[in-house]
Amino acid sequence: MIKVSEQQTAINVVEKPIYLDYSATTPMDERVVTEMLKYMGPETSFGNPASRSHSFGWAAEAAVEAARKHVADLVGANPKEIIFTSGATESDNLAIKGAAHFNKKRGKHIITCKTEHKAVLDSCRQLEREGYEVTYLDPLENGLLDLKVLEDAIREDTTVVSIMHVNNEIGVIQDIEAIGNLCRERKIIFHVDAAQSAGKVEMNLNELPVDLMSFSAHKIYGPKGIGALYVQRKPRVRLEAQMHGGGHERGMRSGTLATHQIVGMGEAFRIAKAEMVAENKRLLILRNKLYDGVKDMEEVYVNGDINQRIAGNINISFNYVEGESLLMALKELAISSGSACTSASLEPSYVLRALGRNDELAHSSIRFTMGRYTTEEEIDRTVAHVRTAVEKLRELSPLWDMYKDGIDLASIEWAAH
Amino acid sequence: MAYSEKVLDHYENPRNVGSFENNENVGTGMVGAPACGDVMKLQIKVSDEGIIEDAVFKTYGCGSAIASSSLLTEWVKGKTLDEAQAIKNTHIAEELALPPVKIHCSVLAEDAINAAIADYREKH
Repeated sequence: MIKVSEQQTAINVVEKPIYLDYSATTPMDERVVTEMLKYMGPETSFGNPASRSHSFGWAAEAAVEAARKHVADLVGANPKEIIFTSGATESDNLAIKGAAHFNKKRGKHIITCKTEHKAVLDSCRQLEREGYEVTYLDPLENGLLDLKVLEDAIREDTTVVSIMHVNNEIGVIQDIEAIGNLCRERKIIFHVDAAQSAGKVEMNLNELPVDLMSFSAHKIYGPKGIGALYVQRKPRVRLEAQMHGGGHERGMRSGTLATHQIVGMGEAFRIAKAEMVAENKRLLILRNKLYDGVKDMEEVYVNGDINQRIAGNINISFNYVEGESLLMALKELAISSGSACTSASLEPSYVLRALGRNDELAHSSIRFTMGRYTTEEEIDRTVAHVRTAVEKLRELSPLWDMYKDGIDLASIEWAAH
Repeated sequence: MAYSEKVLDHYENPRNVGSFENNENVGTGMVGAPACGDVMKLQIKVSDEGIIEDAVFKTYGCGSAIASSSLLTEWVKGKTLDEAQAIKNTHIAEELALPPVKIHCSVLAEDAINAAIADYREKH
Protein backbone atom coordinates (compact mmCIF):
# COMPACT_ATOMS: atom_id res chain seq x y z
CA MET A 1 0.00 0.00 0.00
CA ILE A 2 1.26 3.46 -0.89
CA LYS A 3 1.60 5.94 1.89
CA VAL A 4 -0.56 9.04 1.58
CA SER A 5 2.46 11.27 1.20
CA GLU A 6 3.78 9.23 -1.72
CA GLN A 7 0.39 9.22 -3.37
CA GLN A 8 0.25 12.97 -3.01
CA THR A 9 3.66 13.35 -4.59
CA ALA A 10 2.67 11.17 -7.52
CA ILE A 11 -0.40 13.30 -8.16
CA ASN A 12 1.61 16.48 -7.88
CA VAL A 13 4.14 15.33 -10.44
CA VAL A 14 1.48 14.59 -13.04
CA GLU A 15 -0.93 17.47 -12.56
CA LYS A 16 0.84 20.30 -10.85
CA PRO A 17 -0.01 23.49 -12.73
CA ILE A 18 2.30 26.46 -13.11
CA TYR A 19 1.66 28.67 -10.11
CA LEU A 20 1.16 32.29 -11.15
CA ASP A 21 -1.03 33.46 -8.31
CA TYR A 22 1.57 34.83 -5.91
CA SER A 23 -0.64 37.80 -5.02
CA ALA A 24 -3.21 35.36 -3.64
CA THR A 25 -0.64 33.64 -1.50
CA THR A 26 2.89 32.25 -1.62
CA PRO A 27 4.40 29.00 -0.45
CA MET A 28 6.55 29.30 2.63
CA ASP A 29 10.26 29.61 1.99
CA GLU A 30 12.05 26.49 3.27
CA ARG A 31 14.15 28.71 5.54
CA VAL A 32 10.93 30.00 7.11
CA VAL A 33 9.67 26.48 7.76
CA THR A 34 12.99 25.54 9.37
CA GLU A 35 12.85 28.50 11.74
CA MET A 36 9.25 27.86 12.70
CA LEU A 37 9.91 24.25 13.64
CA LYS A 38 12.21 25.48 16.39
CA TYR A 39 9.19 26.75 18.31
CA MET A 40 6.66 23.96 18.06
CA GLY A 41 7.55 20.50 19.39
CA PRO A 42 8.14 19.39 23.00
CA GLU A 43 11.93 19.64 22.60
CA THR A 44 11.75 23.21 21.29
CA SER A 45 11.27 26.69 22.72
CA PHE A 46 7.52 26.29 22.61
CA GLY A 47 6.78 28.48 25.65
CA ASN A 48 4.32 31.30 26.01
CA PRO A 49 6.21 34.54 25.36
CA ALA A 50 4.23 36.08 28.20
CA SER A 51 5.53 33.54 30.74
CA ARG A 52 8.07 35.38 32.84
CA SER A 53 8.84 32.63 35.34
CA HIS A 54 10.86 30.15 33.27
CA SER A 55 13.24 29.74 30.36
CA PHE A 56 10.59 28.39 27.99
CA GLY A 57 8.86 31.74 28.17
CA TRP A 58 12.07 33.75 27.98
CA ALA A 59 13.26 31.92 24.88
CA ALA A 60 9.91 32.40 23.17
CA GLU A 61 9.86 36.08 24.08
CA ALA A 62 13.37 36.55 22.70
CA ALA A 63 12.31 34.87 19.44
CA VAL A 64 9.24 37.11 19.15
CA GLU A 65 11.31 40.23 19.74
CA ALA A 66 13.90 39.15 17.17
CA ALA A 67 11.09 38.61 14.68
CA ARG A 68 9.56 41.97 15.53
CA LYS A 69 12.89 43.56 14.68
CA HIS A 70 13.07 41.76 11.32
CA VAL A 71 9.58 42.99 10.45
CA ALA A 72 10.45 46.53 11.52
CA ASP A 73 13.77 46.50 9.66
CA LEU A 74 12.21 45.65 6.31
CA VAL A 75 10.01 48.75 6.42
CA GLY A 76 12.23 51.15 8.34
CA ALA A 77 10.18 51.15 11.51
CA ASN A 78 11.04 50.86 15.20
CA PRO A 79 10.26 47.37 16.58
CA LYS A 80 8.09 49.00 19.24
CA GLU A 81 5.82 50.21 16.46
CA ILE A 82 4.97 46.68 15.29
CA ILE A 83 1.81 45.00 16.64
CA PHE A 84 1.27 41.37 15.66
CA THR A 85 -2.18 40.41 14.42
CA SER A 86 -3.74 37.42 12.67
CA GLY A 87 -3.16 38.94 9.23
CA ALA A 88 -3.66 42.00 7.07
CA THR A 89 -7.44 41.74 7.31
CA GLU A 90 -7.30 42.07 11.07
CA SER A 91 -4.72 44.84 10.79
CA ASP A 92 -6.98 46.77 8.41
CA ASN A 93 -9.93 46.33 10.74
CA LEU A 94 -7.94 47.38 13.79
CA ALA A 95 -6.41 50.37 12.05
CA ILE A 96 -9.52 51.81 10.43
CA LYS A 97 -12.13 51.01 13.06
CA GLY A 98 -9.68 51.53 15.91
CA ALA A 99 -8.58 54.97 14.69
CA ALA A 100 -12.10 56.05 13.70
CA HIS A 101 -13.50 55.02 17.07
CA PHE A 102 -10.72 56.66 19.03
CA ASN A 103 -11.17 59.93 17.16
CA LYS A 104 -14.94 59.99 16.91
CA LYS A 105 -15.21 63.17 18.96
CA ARG A 106 -13.08 64.96 16.36
CA GLY A 107 -15.20 63.81 13.46
CA LYS A 108 -16.85 60.89 11.75
CA HIS A 109 -15.69 61.15 8.16
CA ILE A 110 -13.42 58.57 6.52
CA ILE A 111 -11.88 58.62 3.03
CA THR A 112 -10.80 55.58 1.05
CA CYS A 113 -10.63 54.47 -2.58
CA LYS A 114 -12.95 52.21 -4.58
CA THR A 115 -10.11 49.87 -5.51
CA GLU A 116 -9.15 49.01 -1.93
CA HIS A 117 -9.14 45.46 -0.63
CA LYS A 118 -12.42 44.20 0.80
CA ALA A 119 -10.92 44.21 4.29
CA VAL A 120 -10.69 48.00 4.05
CA LEU A 121 -13.96 48.54 2.19
CA ASP A 122 -15.94 46.31 4.52
CA SER A 123 -14.42 47.92 7.61
CA CYS A 124 -15.60 51.25 6.18
CA ARG A 125 -19.04 49.80 5.51
CA GLN A 126 -19.24 48.74 9.13
CA LEU A 127 -18.37 52.28 10.22
CA GLU A 128 -21.14 53.58 7.98
CA ARG A 129 -23.56 51.33 9.81
CA GLU A 130 -22.33 52.92 13.03
CA GLY A 131 -23.14 56.38 11.75
CA TYR A 132 -19.84 57.41 10.14
CA GLU A 133 -19.67 58.89 6.66
CA VAL A 134 -17.28 57.38 4.13
CA THR A 135 -16.12 58.86 0.81
CA TYR A 136 -15.02 56.24 -1.75
CA LEU A 137 -12.73 57.93 -4.24
CA ASP A 138 -12.54 57.01 -7.93
CA PRO A 139 -9.00 56.28 -9.10
CA LEU A 140 -7.65 57.46 -12.43
CA GLU A 141 -7.87 55.12 -15.43
CA ASN A 142 -4.42 53.77 -14.64
CA GLY A 143 -5.46 52.84 -11.12
CA LEU A 144 -3.57 55.65 -9.39
CA LEU A 145 -5.15 58.19 -7.14
CA ASP A 146 -5.40 61.82 -8.23
CA LEU A 147 -4.17 63.89 -5.28
CA LYS A 148 -6.49 66.71 -6.23
CA VAL A 149 -9.47 64.38 -5.95
CA LEU A 150 -8.32 63.37 -2.49
CA GLU A 151 -7.70 66.94 -1.43
CA ASP A 152 -11.17 67.97 -2.53
CA ALA A 153 -12.73 65.14 -0.55
CA ILE A 154 -11.08 66.11 2.73
CA ARG A 155 -13.44 67.82 5.16
CA GLU A 156 -13.18 69.44 8.58
CA ASP A 157 -14.46 66.27 10.20
CA THR A 158 -12.24 63.82 8.27
CA THR A 159 -10.29 61.72 10.76
CA VAL A 160 -8.93 58.77 8.77
CA VAL A 161 -7.71 58.27 5.20
CA SER A 162 -7.00 54.68 4.12
CA ILE A 163 -5.22 54.06 0.82
CA MET A 164 -3.43 50.87 -0.16
CA HIS A 165 0.21 50.94 -1.20
CA VAL A 166 0.01 48.29 -3.94
CA ASN A 167 -3.23 47.06 -5.42
CA ASN A 168 -3.75 43.31 -5.20
CA GLU A 169 -5.36 42.96 -8.63
CA ILE A 170 -3.49 45.38 -10.84
CA GLY A 171 -0.26 45.82 -8.87
CA VAL A 172 -0.09 49.62 -9.19
CA ILE A 173 1.92 51.52 -6.59
CA GLN A 174 0.30 54.58 -5.01
CA ASP A 175 2.36 57.59 -4.04
CA ILE A 176 1.87 57.16 -0.29
CA GLU A 177 4.38 59.87 0.51
CA ALA A 178 2.37 62.54 -1.29
CA ILE A 179 -0.91 61.26 0.11
CA GLY A 180 0.59 61.12 3.60
CA ASN A 181 1.82 64.70 3.38
CA LEU A 182 -1.67 65.87 2.46
CA CYS A 183 -3.06 64.07 5.50
CA ARG A 184 -0.38 65.15 7.91
CA GLU A 185 -0.84 68.86 7.10
CA ARG A 186 -4.43 68.42 8.19
CA LYS A 187 -3.76 66.16 11.18
CA ILE A 188 -5.65 63.30 9.57
CA ILE A 189 -4.62 59.74 10.40
CA PHE A 190 -3.26 57.97 7.32
CA HIS A 191 -3.55 54.19 7.12
CA VAL A 192 -1.87 52.18 4.37
CA ASP A 193 -2.67 48.57 3.52
CA ALA A 194 0.77 47.25 2.57
CA ALA A 195 -0.14 43.56 2.29
CA GLN A 196 0.96 43.57 -1.35
CA SER A 197 3.91 45.93 -1.09
CA ALA A 198 6.02 44.83 1.87
CA GLY A 199 9.09 43.07 0.54
CA LYS A 200 8.34 44.27 -2.98
CA VAL A 201 8.64 48.03 -2.72
CA GLU A 202 11.38 49.79 -0.76
CA MET A 203 10.04 51.92 2.04
CA ASN A 204 11.26 53.75 5.10
CA LEU A 205 8.52 54.40 7.62
CA ASN A 206 10.96 56.41 9.66
CA GLU A 207 10.59 59.13 7.06
CA LEU A 208 7.27 58.36 5.41
CA PRO A 209 4.25 60.34 6.65
CA VAL A 210 2.29 57.18 7.41
CA ASP A 211 0.55 56.60 10.75
CA LEU A 212 -0.71 53.04 10.38
CA MET A 213 0.36 50.28 8.01
CA SER A 214 -0.97 46.73 7.61
CA PHE A 215 1.23 43.75 6.78
CA SER A 216 0.70 40.12 5.93
CA ALA A 217 3.23 37.29 6.19
CA HIS A 218 1.84 34.85 3.66
CA LYS A 219 2.17 37.22 0.72
CA ILE A 220 5.96 37.10 1.04
CA TYR A 221 6.75 33.45 1.75
CA GLY A 222 5.75 33.48 5.41
CA PRO A 223 2.99 31.51 7.10
CA LYS A 224 -0.73 32.22 6.76
CA GLY A 225 -2.59 33.45 9.82
CA ILE A 226 -0.09 36.08 10.89
CA GLY A 227 0.28 39.74 10.10
CA ALA A 228 1.17 43.00 11.74
CA LEU A 229 0.10 46.57 12.12
CA TYR A 230 2.59 49.40 12.25
CA VAL A 231 1.42 51.99 14.74
CA GLN A 232 3.54 55.10 14.70
CA ARG A 233 4.93 56.30 18.03
CA LYS A 234 6.17 59.78 17.16
CA PRO A 235 3.76 61.44 16.89
CA ARG A 236 1.84 58.82 18.76
CA VAL A 237 -1.15 57.29 17.03
CA ARG A 238 -3.82 55.92 19.31
CA LEU A 239 -6.35 53.23 18.58
CA GLU A 240 -9.30 51.70 20.29
CA ALA A 241 -8.58 47.99 20.65
CA GLN A 242 -10.92 45.53 18.93
CA MET A 243 -9.73 42.47 20.87
CA HIS A 244 -9.69 42.56 24.66
CA GLY A 245 -7.89 40.18 26.97
CA GLY A 246 -4.49 40.02 28.58
CA GLY A 247 -3.27 43.37 27.37
CA HIS A 248 -0.73 41.92 24.93
CA GLU A 249 0.86 44.10 22.28
CA ARG A 250 0.59 47.25 24.39
CA GLY A 251 -3.10 46.63 24.88
CA MET A 252 -3.84 47.09 21.20
CA ARG A 253 -4.26 43.42 20.42
CA SER A 254 -4.73 40.92 23.21
CA GLY A 255 -4.22 37.22 22.76
CA THR A 256 -1.30 34.84 23.34
CA LEU A 257 1.39 35.57 20.78
CA ALA A 258 1.69 32.82 18.18
CA THR A 259 5.44 32.35 18.54
CA HIS A 260 6.02 30.00 15.60
CA GLN A 261 3.88 32.14 13.27
CA ILE A 262 5.62 35.30 14.38
CA VAL A 263 9.03 33.68 13.96
CA GLY A 264 8.00 32.61 10.47
CA MET A 265 6.90 36.12 9.60
CA GLY A 266 10.15 37.53 10.96
CA GLU A 267 12.24 35.15 8.91
CA ALA A 268 10.18 35.89 5.79
CA PHE A 269 10.66 39.63 6.26
CA ARG A 270 14.37 39.16 6.95
CA ILE A 271 14.81 37.23 3.71
CA ALA A 272 12.74 39.78 1.82
CA LYS A 273 15.01 42.60 2.95
CA ALA A 274 18.12 40.67 1.92
CA GLU A 275 16.80 39.57 -1.46
CA MET A 276 14.29 42.18 -2.58
CA VAL A 277 16.50 44.07 -5.01
CA ALA A 278 17.73 40.97 -6.83
CA GLU A 279 14.29 39.40 -6.77
CA ASN A 280 12.59 42.45 -8.26
CA LYS A 281 15.14 42.53 -11.04
CA ARG A 282 14.52 38.89 -11.89
CA LEU A 283 10.73 39.23 -11.67
CA LEU A 284 10.73 42.24 -13.95
CA ILE A 285 12.50 40.23 -16.63
CA LEU A 286 9.95 37.43 -16.28
CA ARG A 287 7.00 39.79 -16.33
CA ASN A 288 8.27 41.59 -19.42
CA LYS A 289 8.85 38.25 -21.09
CA LEU A 290 5.27 37.23 -20.39
CA TYR A 291 3.80 40.50 -21.60
CA ASP A 292 6.07 40.66 -24.67
CA GLY A 293 4.91 37.16 -25.51
CA VAL A 294 1.25 38.11 -25.81
CA LYS A 295 1.10 41.80 -26.56
CA ASP A 296 1.28 41.40 -30.34
CA MET A 297 -2.07 39.62 -30.29
CA GLU A 298 -5.01 41.80 -31.24
CA GLU A 299 -7.17 43.46 -28.58
CA VAL A 300 -4.91 42.83 -25.61
CA TYR A 301 -4.98 45.47 -22.86
CA VAL A 302 -2.94 45.92 -19.71
CA ASN A 303 -4.99 46.93 -16.70
CA GLY A 304 -3.33 49.48 -14.45
CA ASP A 305 -0.29 51.65 -15.03
CA ILE A 306 2.44 49.63 -16.73
CA ASN A 307 5.34 51.53 -15.16
CA GLN A 308 4.23 52.36 -11.65
CA ARG A 309 3.54 48.77 -10.63
CA ILE A 310 5.31 45.97 -8.81
CA ALA A 311 7.58 43.74 -10.85
CA GLY A 312 5.68 40.51 -10.29
CA ASN A 313 2.24 41.59 -11.51
CA ILE A 314 0.69 41.83 -14.94
CA ASN A 315 -3.07 42.05 -15.37
CA ILE A 316 -4.25 41.65 -18.94
CA SER A 317 -7.64 41.75 -20.63
CA PHE A 318 -8.03 39.55 -23.68
CA ASN A 319 -10.97 41.26 -25.29
CA TYR A 320 -13.89 39.13 -26.57
CA VAL A 321 -12.82 36.16 -24.46
CA GLU A 322 -14.61 35.56 -21.17
CA GLY A 323 -12.25 35.19 -18.23
CA GLU A 324 -13.68 32.14 -16.59
CA SER A 325 -13.67 30.11 -19.79
CA LEU A 326 -10.10 31.27 -20.32
CA LEU A 327 -9.20 29.98 -16.87
CA MET A 328 -10.79 26.68 -17.84
CA ALA A 329 -8.76 26.54 -21.03
CA LEU A 330 -5.63 27.36 -19.06
CA LYS A 331 -5.92 24.58 -16.56
CA GLU A 332 -2.14 24.13 -16.74
CA LEU A 333 -1.90 27.54 -15.07
CA ALA A 334 -2.89 28.56 -11.56
CA ILE A 335 -4.10 32.12 -12.20
CA SER A 336 -7.10 34.27 -11.36
CA SER A 337 -9.60 36.27 -13.35
CA GLY A 338 -11.46 39.51 -12.81
CA SER A 339 -14.50 37.84 -14.24
CA ALA A 340 -16.91 36.70 -11.60
CA CYS A 341 -19.20 34.48 -13.55
CA THR A 342 -19.24 32.18 -10.53
CA SER A 343 -20.87 34.77 -8.34
CA ALA A 344 -24.64 34.99 -8.47
CA SER A 345 -24.43 38.71 -9.18
CA LEU A 346 -22.36 38.22 -12.35
CA GLU A 347 -20.46 41.34 -11.35
CA PRO A 348 -16.98 41.51 -12.81
CA SER A 349 -14.01 42.83 -10.85
CA TYR A 350 -14.96 45.96 -8.91
CA VAL A 351 -11.35 47.10 -9.20
CA LEU A 352 -11.36 47.07 -12.99
CA ARG A 353 -14.76 48.70 -13.10
CA ALA A 354 -13.50 51.46 -10.83
CA LEU A 355 -10.80 52.16 -13.44
CA GLY A 356 -13.58 52.77 -15.92
CA ARG A 357 -12.88 49.59 -17.86
CA ASN A 358 -16.00 48.46 -19.66
CA ASP A 359 -17.66 45.27 -18.51
CA GLU A 360 -16.40 43.18 -21.41
CA LEU A 361 -12.80 44.05 -20.63
CA ALA A 362 -13.35 43.44 -16.94
CA HIS A 363 -14.85 40.04 -17.71
CA SER A 364 -11.88 39.27 -19.97
CA SER A 365 -9.13 39.98 -17.48
CA ILE A 366 -6.51 37.61 -16.16
CA ARG A 367 -4.09 38.36 -13.35
CA PHE A 368 -0.66 36.77 -13.59
CA THR A 369 1.48 37.21 -10.48
CA MET A 370 4.99 35.81 -10.39
CA GLY A 371 7.24 35.12 -7.46
CA ARG A 372 10.32 33.56 -5.95
CA TYR A 373 9.87 30.13 -7.53
CA THR A 374 8.69 31.19 -10.98
CA THR A 375 11.12 30.12 -13.70
CA GLU A 376 11.76 31.42 -17.17
CA GLU A 377 10.79 28.08 -18.63
CA GLU A 378 7.40 28.35 -16.88
CA ILE A 379 6.85 31.75 -18.44
CA ASP A 380 7.66 30.36 -21.90
CA ARG A 381 5.09 27.62 -21.40
CA THR A 382 2.58 30.15 -20.06
CA VAL A 383 2.89 32.33 -23.15
CA ALA A 384 2.31 29.33 -25.42
CA HIS A 385 -0.72 28.16 -23.42
CA VAL A 386 -2.26 31.62 -23.32
CA ARG A 387 -1.89 32.21 -27.04
CA THR A 388 -3.47 28.85 -27.90
CA ALA A 389 -6.34 29.30 -25.45
CA VAL A 390 -7.18 32.85 -26.50
CA GLU A 391 -7.16 31.85 -30.17
CA LYS A 392 -9.38 28.84 -29.49
CA LEU A 393 -11.92 30.85 -27.51
CA ARG A 394 -11.99 33.67 -30.02
CA GLU A 395 -12.91 31.11 -32.66
CA LEU A 396 -15.89 30.32 -30.43
CA SER A 397 -16.77 33.92 -29.66
CA PRO A 398 -19.59 35.68 -31.51
CA LEU A 399 -18.18 38.96 -30.23
CA TRP A 400 -14.87 38.28 -31.93
CA ASP A 401 -16.72 37.69 -35.22
CA MET A 402 -18.54 40.98 -34.80
CA TYR A 403 -15.31 42.78 -34.04
CA LYS A 404 -13.74 41.25 -37.14
CA ASP A 405 -16.76 42.36 -39.20
CA GLY A 406 -16.24 45.89 -37.93
CA ILE A 407 -19.41 45.97 -35.82
CA ASP A 408 -19.25 48.28 -32.82
CA LEU A 409 -20.52 46.25 -29.87
CA ALA A 410 -21.57 49.41 -28.09
CA SER A 411 -23.99 50.16 -30.93
CA ILE A 412 -25.99 47.01 -30.23
CA GLU A 413 -28.88 46.98 -27.85
CA TRP A 414 -28.12 44.03 -25.63
CA ALA A 415 -30.76 42.47 -23.44
CA ALA A 416 -29.23 42.42 -19.97
CA HIS A 417 -30.11 39.30 -18.09
CA MET B 1 -14.99 25.48 -9.05
CA ALA B 2 -15.46 21.93 -10.17
CA TYR B 3 -17.18 21.18 -13.46
CA SER B 4 -19.07 18.04 -14.33
CA GLU B 5 -17.49 15.67 -16.82
CA LYS B 6 -20.16 16.50 -19.39
CA VAL B 7 -19.46 20.22 -19.12
CA LEU B 8 -15.76 19.55 -19.54
CA ASP B 9 -16.38 17.30 -22.51
CA HIS B 10 -18.50 19.91 -24.33
CA TYR B 11 -16.08 22.63 -23.38
CA GLU B 12 -13.01 20.73 -24.57
CA ASN B 13 -14.71 19.43 -27.72
CA PRO B 14 -17.52 21.81 -28.54
CA ARG B 15 -19.92 20.37 -31.12
CA ASN B 16 -21.21 22.34 -34.07
CA VAL B 17 -19.20 25.51 -33.74
CA GLY B 18 -19.73 27.89 -36.61
CA SER B 19 -22.01 30.20 -38.52
CA PHE B 20 -24.49 29.86 -41.39
CA GLU B 21 -24.89 32.28 -44.22
CA ASN B 22 -28.05 34.12 -43.35
CA ASN B 23 -30.72 33.03 -45.86
CA GLU B 24 -34.39 32.27 -45.64
CA ASN B 25 -33.87 28.72 -44.35
CA VAL B 26 -31.82 29.97 -41.44
CA GLY B 27 -33.04 31.26 -38.11
CA THR B 28 -30.61 33.17 -35.91
CA GLY B 29 -30.89 33.86 -32.21
CA MET B 30 -28.43 36.03 -30.33
CA VAL B 31 -29.04 36.47 -26.63
CA GLY B 32 -27.22 37.71 -23.56
CA ALA B 33 -24.99 40.74 -23.16
CA PRO B 34 -21.23 41.25 -23.07
CA ALA B 35 -21.64 43.23 -19.85
CA CYS B 36 -23.06 40.15 -18.18
CA GLY B 37 -20.26 37.95 -19.45
CA ASP B 38 -22.46 35.79 -21.67
CA VAL B 39 -23.46 36.10 -25.33
CA MET B 40 -24.83 33.14 -27.27
CA LYS B 41 -25.45 33.02 -30.98
CA LEU B 42 -27.43 30.00 -32.14
CA GLN B 43 -28.40 29.32 -35.74
CA ILE B 44 -30.71 26.67 -37.14
CA LYS B 45 -31.13 25.51 -40.72
CA VAL B 46 -34.70 24.40 -41.31
CA SER B 47 -35.93 22.09 -44.11
CA ASP B 48 -39.06 22.75 -46.15
CA GLU B 49 -40.78 20.16 -43.97
CA GLY B 50 -40.03 22.22 -40.87
CA ILE B 51 -37.31 19.96 -39.53
CA ILE B 52 -34.13 21.42 -38.05
CA GLU B 53 -31.48 19.91 -40.32
CA ASP B 54 -28.49 21.55 -38.82
CA ALA B 55 -27.55 23.85 -35.98
CA VAL B 56 -24.43 25.81 -35.10
CA PHE B 57 -23.39 28.11 -32.28
CA LYS B 58 -20.85 30.59 -31.10
CA THR B 59 -20.68 31.57 -27.44
CA TYR B 60 -18.80 34.14 -25.42
CA GLY B 61 -19.11 33.04 -21.84
CA CYS B 62 -18.01 30.68 -19.15
CA GLY B 63 -17.50 26.95 -19.63
CA SER B 64 -21.06 26.17 -18.62
CA ALA B 65 -22.44 28.62 -21.16
CA ILE B 66 -20.31 27.08 -23.91
CA ALA B 67 -21.35 23.57 -22.87
CA SER B 68 -25.06 24.52 -22.70
CA SER B 69 -25.05 25.88 -26.22
CA SER B 70 -22.96 23.00 -27.58
CA LEU B 71 -25.36 20.47 -26.07
CA LEU B 72 -28.36 22.35 -27.39
CA THR B 73 -27.12 22.22 -30.98
CA GLU B 74 -26.86 18.44 -30.67
CA TRP B 75 -30.33 18.12 -29.24
CA VAL B 76 -32.22 20.28 -31.73
CA LYS B 77 -30.92 18.56 -34.82
CA GLY B 78 -33.64 16.40 -36.41
CA LYS B 79 -36.37 17.96 -34.31
CA THR B 80 -39.37 19.95 -35.54
CA LEU B 81 -39.55 23.56 -34.46
CA ASP B 82 -42.23 22.73 -31.90
CA GLU B 83 -40.17 19.88 -30.49
CA ALA B 84 -37.13 22.12 -30.24
CA GLN B 85 -39.17 24.76 -28.51
CA ALA B 86 -40.21 22.22 -25.91
CA ILE B 87 -36.60 21.90 -24.68
CA LYS B 88 -36.42 23.64 -21.34
CA ASN B 89 -33.48 25.00 -19.45
CA THR B 90 -34.08 22.45 -16.71
CA HIS B 91 -33.36 19.62 -19.20
CA ILE B 92 -30.03 21.21 -20.10
CA ALA B 93 -29.13 21.98 -16.49
CA GLU B 94 -29.91 18.43 -15.50
CA GLU B 95 -27.98 16.83 -18.36
CA LEU B 96 -24.89 18.92 -17.62
CA ALA B 97 -25.33 18.76 -13.83
CA LEU B 98 -25.01 22.54 -13.59
CA PRO B 99 -24.62 23.98 -10.09
CA PRO B 100 -27.15 26.63 -8.99
CA VAL B 101 -24.86 29.57 -9.87
CA LYS B 102 -24.72 28.30 -13.46
CA ILE B 103 -28.43 27.78 -14.05
CA HIS B 104 -28.54 31.09 -15.91
CA CYS B 105 -26.35 29.52 -18.60
CA SER B 106 -29.04 26.96 -19.36
CA VAL B 107 -31.70 29.68 -19.30
CA LEU B 108 -29.67 31.57 -21.86
CA ALA B 109 -29.51 28.47 -24.06
CA GLU B 110 -33.28 28.12 -23.91
CA ASP B 111 -33.63 31.79 -24.81
CA ALA B 112 -31.23 31.27 -27.72
CA ILE B 113 -33.18 28.45 -29.37
CA ASN B 114 -36.45 30.31 -28.88
CA ALA B 115 -34.95 33.43 -30.44
CA ALA B 116 -33.63 31.40 -33.39
CA ILE B 117 -37.02 29.78 -33.95
CA ALA B 118 -38.80 33.14 -33.67
CA ASP B 119 -36.39 34.61 -36.23
CA TYR B 120 -37.05 31.75 -38.64
CA ARG B 121 -40.83 31.99 -38.20
CA GLU B 122 -40.74 35.71 -38.82
CA LYS B 123 -39.27 35.03 -42.26
CA HIS B 124 -42.05 32.61 -43.15
